[in-house]
Amino acid sequence: MVELDFDVVDLPERDHVEEGDVAPDFTRPLVNEEFWEDRSLSDVTEDGPVLLVFYTMDGAFPATYIWNEIRDREWETEFDVRIVGLSISDPYSHKRLIGERGIDYELFSDPNNTVAVEYGIPNDLDGMTGVSEPRPAVYLLDDERVVEYAWVAEEWPQFPDYDEVEAALSEL
Amino acid sequence: MSETPIMFYRLQACPFCERVTRMLDELELDYRSRFVEPMHSERDVVKRVSGKRTVPAIVDESTGVTMTESANIVDYLERTYGGSA
Repeated sequence: MVELDFDVVDLPERDHVEEGDVAPDFTRPLVNEEFWEDRSLSDVTEDGPVLLVFYTMDGAFPATYIWNEIRDREWETEFDVRIVGLSISDPYSHKRLIGERGIDYELFSDPNNTVAVEYGIPNDLDGMTGVSEPRPAVYLLDDERVVEYAWVAEEWPQFPDYDEVEAALSEL
Repeated sequence: MSETPIMFYRLQACPFCERVTRMLDELELDYRSRFVEPMHSERDVVKRVSGKRTVPAIVDESTGVTMTESANIVDYLERTYGGSA
């Protein structure tokens, strides 16, 4: 990741889902490159570990950076993990992002941002009145949704420590 | 009642799809919705299951039936699952 040479904003401290917690279950449209359908997080985790990536709305530059980096690292080929994303973007935008970034990952669509509230990571966007989205966050879950590894942004913008995520994946 | 949910391929706001939705609801059938894009060219998944790119389309695994065209589907659902009263 390139070093970003500009000021970042500290995000307020708050309680959120952490390592050792059971990640709250939810059902939202899950988008793949061809269609979308309602799926629950537990549907996805029941087949094995899941890396749940909360990211900024599709079209914002961090979305591009995050998915390019994750795609290039090809974790899904090396580790027993299924990678899914979540943003407030609608399913049509998710389908476009999947195509543009050339990713095989499925993306949950949560326009009302209620999943982020459940996880304790909502981020009200300054200058976009009424728009709230998740803080960037990465959760590695086992097949019972227990959080094995968690990273939640403390600044805005901030990117996951991909090497740290990779280390957590190698401990699966 | 079918054991496996009926897979229902649909397009948001498509009146023909809504017609199928109404019948599925009326018969209280268990179904799963898969939404596809307005562009026909982006509907490969529907083509793979039904041979056509049109929606609505249903796949009813419990009877082995795959079907397109809302009138056909509505007839089929009524014939198969309606009229038990």
